[in-house]
Amino acid sequence: MSKQLALVIDLNVCVGCHACVTSCKEWNTQGAAGPLTDQNAYGADPTGTFFNRVQTFEVGEFPNTETVHFPKSCLHCEDPPCVPVCPTGASYKRAEDGIVLVDYDKCIGCKYCSWACPYGAREVDGEQKVMKKCTLCVDRIYDAKLPEAERKPACVLACPTSARLFGDIHDPESEASRAIREQGGYALMPEWGTHPANHYLPRRKTGKRLHADELERHDNPLKVDGRLPRPSPDAPALDDVTSW
Amino acid sequence: MNPAWSVVLLTTLIGAGQGLYLALFAAQAPAPLMRIGIVLSLALLAAGLAASFFHLGRPERAWRSAAKWRTSWLSREVIALPLFMALAAAYGWTQDPAVGWAGVAACLALFVCTGMIYACLPFLQEWRTPLTVVNFILLGCASGLTLAAALAAWLHPELARASAIAALVVGALAYLGRLASLARNARLRPKSTLATAIGVKHPKITQIAQGAMGGSFNTREFFHGRPREVVRAARWTCLALVFPVPALLLLAGQPLVAFLAQYVGLLAERWYFFAEAKHPQNLYYQAIA
Amino acid sequence: MSTEVKTTTCYMCACRCGIRVHLRDGEVRYIEGNPAHPLNKGVICAKGASGIMKQKSPARLTRPLRRKAGAERGAGAFEPISWDEAFAMLEKRLAAMRATDPKKFALFTGRDQMQALTGLFARQFGTPNYAAHGGFCSVNMAAGLIYTIGGSFWEFGGPDLERAKLFVMLGTAEDHHSNPLKIAISKFKRDGGRFISVNPVRTGYSAIADEWVPIRPGTDGALLLALNHELIAQGLYDREFVARYTNGGQLVVTDPASARHGLLAVDEDVEPDNPLYPQNQLWWDRHSGRAVLSHTPGADPRLFGSYRLADGTRVQPAFQLLAERVQPHTPEWAEGITGIPAATIRRLAHEMGVTARDEKIELPIAWTDCWGNEHQTVIGNPVAFHAMRGLAAHSNGFQTVRALGILMSLLGTIDRPGGFRHKAPFPRAIPPSAKTPTGPEGVQPGKPLAGLALGWPGSPEDLFVDADGKPVRIDKGFSWEYPLSVHGLMHNVITNAWRGDPYRLDTLMIFMANMAWNSTMNTDEVRRMLNDKGADGEYRIPFLVVCDAFQSEMTAFADLVLPDTTYLERHDVMSMLDRPISEFDGPVDSVRIPVVPPKGECKPFQEVLIELASRLKLPAFVDAGGARKYRDYPDFIVRHETEPGSGIGFLAGWRGADGSKALLGEPNPRQWEMYEKNNCVFRYELAPSYRYMRNWNRGYMEWAQRMRLRRYGEPILVHLYSEVLQKFRLAAQGKWPGRRPPPELAQRVATHFDPLPFYSAPLETQATDLEKYPLAAITQRPMAMYHSWDSQNAWLRQIHAHNYLFVNPRTAQDAGIADGAWMWVESQWGKVRCMGRHSEAVEPGTVWTWNAIGKSPGAWALAPDANEFTKGFILNHLISDTLPGDTSNSDPVTGQAGWYDVRVRIYPQ
Repeated sequence: MSKQLALVIDLNVCVGCHACVTSCKEWNTQGAAGPLTDQNAYGADPTGTFFNRVQTFEVGEFPNTETVHFPKSCLHCEDPPCVPVCPTGASYKRAEDGIVLVDYDKCIGCKYCSWACPYGAREVDGEQKVMKKCTLCVDRIYDAKLPEAERKPACVLACPTSARLFGDIHDPESEASRAIREQGGYALMPEWGTHPANHYLPRRKTGKRLHADELERHDNPLKVDGRLPRPSPDAPALDDVTSW
Repeated sequence: MNPAWSVVLLTTLIGAGQGLYLALFAAQAPAPLMRIGIVLSLALLAAGLAASFFHLGRPERAWRSAAKWRTSWLSREVIALPLFMALAAAYGWTQDPAVGWAGVAACLALFVCTGMIYACLPFLQEWRTPLTVVNFILLGCASGLTLAAALAAWLHPELARASAIAALVVGALAYLGRLASLARNARLRPKSTLATAIGVKHPKITQIAQGAMGGSFNTREFFHGRPREVVRAARWTCLALVFPVPALLLLAGQPLVAFLAQYVGLLAERWYFFAEAKHPQNLYYQAIA
Repeated sequence: MSTEVKTTTCYMCACRCGIRVHLRDGEVRYIEGNPAHPLNKGVICAKGASGIMKQKSPARLTRPLRRKAGAERGAGAFEPISWDEAFAMLEKRLAAMRATDPKKFALFTGRDQMQALTGLFARQFGTPNYAAHGGFCSVNMAAGLIYTIGGSFWEFGGPDLERAKLFVMLGTAEDHHSNPLKIAISKFKRDGGRFISVNPVRTGYSAIADEWVPIRPGTDGALLLALNHELIAQGLYDREFVARYTNGGQLVVTDPASARHGLLAVDEDVEPDNPLYPQNQLWWDRHSGRAVLSHTPGADPRLFGSYRLADGTRVQPAFQLLAERVQPHTPEWAEGITGIPAATIRRLAHEMGVTARDEKIELPIAWTDCWGNEHQTVIGNPVAFHAMRGLAAHSNGFQTVRALGILMSLLGTIDRPGGFRHKAPFPRAIPPSAKTPTGPEGVQPGKPLAGLALGWPGSPEDLFVDADGKPVRIDKGFSWEYPLSVHGLMHNVITNAWRGDPYRLDTLMIFMANMAWNSTMNTDEVRRMLNDKGADGEYRIPFLVVCDAFQSEMTAFADLVLPDTTYLERHDVMSMLDRPISEFDGPVDSVRIPVVPPKGECKPFQEVLIELASRLKLPAFVDAGGARKYRDYPDFIVRHETEPGSGIGFLAGWRGADGSKALLGEPNPRQWEMYEKNNCVFRYELAPSYRYMRNWNRGYMEWAQRMRLRRYGEPILVHLYSEVLQKFRLAAQGKWPGRRPPPELAQRVATHFDPLPFYSAPLETQATDLEKYPLAAITQRPMAMYHSWDSQNAWLRQIHAHNYLFVNPRTAQDAGIADGAWMWVESQWGKVRCMGRHSEAVEPGTVWTWNAIGKSPGAWALAPDANEFTKGFILNHLISDTLPGDTSNSDPVTGQAGWYDVRVRIYPQ
């Protein structure tokens, strides 16, 4: 089976710091996918092209609220609906590693691919007027000039909580595959059959069960200081009243 | 979705042009009517084509868009539209029935392509129905027939009555088709929810932040941002002007006014067509903070 | 096209990660975390990766600016001048002040990580009026813990999440040491650790907590007392730790008639080796049933009971007094105050106690304690805590933090694996031996200050007051109003200088502090005071110098603006003399080396200080003949020694003539090169046996003394019972033989200098009609923005362009406020219009917003319709620095600004 590179995003540890957002912008705006332009950078309603955004959701009602930080970028679907609809072939999925890319030189900016993406993962650049999206930093993950450990997308390297795993999800031995398999990795909007390559790992809770005997112990330090004194042998006891 | 006027104009103008061609061919219209009608049809198609360029970020590269006809309905439309225009022109020039039939085939193909651009997107549930294609055909034919009636009233009054009746019949069918799709869409249950969008199984999920506060492509392209009253007005304009008003005007012998009214109705209809389509990506863009 | 990669240290926030900066044709193109850096190990945060946009900010100041003659302050009308003119102007003014009354000059800095140099400058100048922003930020956290355990969170220590099993985070604590903490929390969670967050709001790290415990703001003290209550009631404290490593077993004189009431009983026959830190306290040995010298071999102290010494003095173990103190503070009592169910409080205490007791870690590391006992292993009780501003920024924060320190100590988690661990140069003695002058005679014309501007009072004698008990410092630091204001009180400076209370200033120099906006409690008042003139037509604060890299709300008020560089354009040191980036396992310091030249005429503030110091001939900056000693800041860093021949300099790495020495050694002329070759960071790993239990670790103490990290080597017992506080209380009660507070402050000092932690509602809560203002209003900082000097960043402002007030939906519905609607939030001091956002992640009695997103129109070179102006707001408009009766809205112990205490009501627009 061919390679399918993907990100596995661990919502269990994502604290919503946006490190992946700006490191992505920073790498890609100066790299092969750039520039990622900004409009109204210092004015009203500043806006710009980002390949990756972190969103925040609240689940449940107070006090049982979960705050979920949710990074979202192109999911590099195994069956990407955005690719066949492209009239020019600018959008394509690479056979060798499954990365979905846009050839900026062929893109006519018709936005049809973005309509065909249920995840909102594509953005037309405000200045260049072509469709842009996450490339999995294709211009660095194969860069032989970089040390092996750094041949990863910028967001993965940046993430302080290492909430972003990168790897080949067709290789069952990869860290990404193992995480999906062992930690309940799931895909977004499975109802559309897009088979996103990117997966998310759910929140996992660590609880603590306390047993009564953990509080009732012979080595209670209060005894050392006489705070749990033994009753006098003369105090009433069962032995006083019954002989069985 | 945020209705793009370029696309609203494209689909309504070429629909009318296609309908007009079909009407002329079906009626085997006499020469002056045929000639002027074909020219008018071509003008509508050309205007639609011109409008479509305004939809493109890089119109200078539009020629590339025929490349992926094997997979893309948009690419197919890009081929079908000029092909149909060429055949229509040829038929107008030659009056050769074989060319005319070829034109009809191209015309229907174009209708199907245009409709399928929308109907093929699986997660735009409002569009994902054969009714989308059927309505593109019927609404296009209805407006073409009304326009044909107006032309006939001007150039061939003896054809006026028949063409008006045809326009009324097809218009009624189109109206029924559109009502059917409205009724269908009113009952739609979105397949995607916030629970499937972020993969958290809980009935109460609320978005707090979407990661950008000044808007993004996602907020500009997929939300019309108009108040509910505007959407309601578009819907009522559509319901009134697509058929009932033009029908009365046709009966009153005012086919040109009827066409103009109907075209306005179609603009409203197409605007509403986009506005009512709820893209699942919108689930990710509900709130900022 | 040429590309190169340079390493330096980030300063987009106080975290200070190692970065690699990629340059193309000399222009910054990409900034990434440096994988070889011990702090961040290659990761970088949202701010760090946006540093590139800081270089491009349109708000950059590039030339020295002088306020135009006739223009009002705040109008922002300036004319560019040359550095020569600027220096000449400053030299003349400062020289005149130094020759007559040096305290007329005040230097306050927003950044608290350049204090080694700014503090040296102020001290050499001779002014006591110097501090960074700690008093506004989190001094309660520093003081409360350092006076209790000899170390603190902040850059001074932290939770050992590598080995902890239970991690409890109290209040907002995201912003210092943020990337290392993120790395650690993630790893901790993945390793199956249990994470509990106690916070009115669930954001940030709390989002990924296993359990969120919502609490009412400012009531953490009540929770902590109840936890301590439950641990003691259940016997879930680490008795051995308490007995040996805290003063819990030491005997306190409890005889109200005695002059030593409340002080530790001592064996007066034993002459202390070091009178500053005497070791002659007593235990009541449970084996022999009599008083013995503390830590007598073979003895074990009673923790409970009441005893009489041979002379009849009634004494009780400190732990007994603590137990009595927390006895009434049951979980049920705390429930009513905190809003946390008693059952939850009880369960939390049990979880902490059982985890600490039953999941012990034992490392095969032999060490010797200060009393000569050899230990074959290091024991850890794996319960770790973290807290910062959420606990600190309340006017009851000091005692709250004391209660936290005591909780951590009862659990036996101090400088042990899996608990709290110190970072060099901590632990310090309690209190640290650094002191200010003790009276106005410490300030003399033409002379350096006779002490440090900031210190650690150990008794009333250490206060910096005159014979009448009146303050010497402009901010009234170390006076009876705020005796332990160990980080100064930046938030008082402008108000006091404007009032002329205690005196008027001539020149106020502000470095990187936005006091006209979000770095002050009473924004509107401060802006008015900065612009206010006296009857003579002169500004009440005559000369205001602001040094900053960006045009901000504050620079608009300056008479002279000095354009600073960004962090990519300067040399800088993260010094052991200041706030280094040390790790648990040893000292670490680092440097910044410029990767691009300064923009325009920008000059690093350090160079400004070196230049001024040289011109003013401040002794440390000139040779014996009065000639300039240092060419520039890098030269100063390399050659400066704290004393001639001390071997202690700003940088600890590669010392000695050839760079072969660490921590101590003669200057090395090639020190910068060596840092540059080593990723700009120096790391010293302590021998394993010196890494734990450092308060009481003889090996560590001796090593630290040899390395001159410490002057003294006495063990640092945890102060469950604070004798230091009791000394101040005795003074307030008229029982102290030395200095006594002025009568009007006596009651306040007597109340708040309680040697045992207590809970009282924040001062503002007490002074507010809670019927009218039922809600608490607080702020947090978004991770992509904290440390707000970068809010104009083109990328970051897209993430947080404006802010909302977050309100629990039930609270909002009761007030009739729809989600997203415009609304008013009003305190007794002011009101501000804002937009509301319903949120289930905030407890119903609290409203909150992101701090420092809203901006003042005209600032930061933003367009007039920028969201920061039109939709953003800051809560500071609702906060006051004074309370009814003209008392300060700060902690009576430390002066910490109580800016998380404001009470509000909300209503629709």
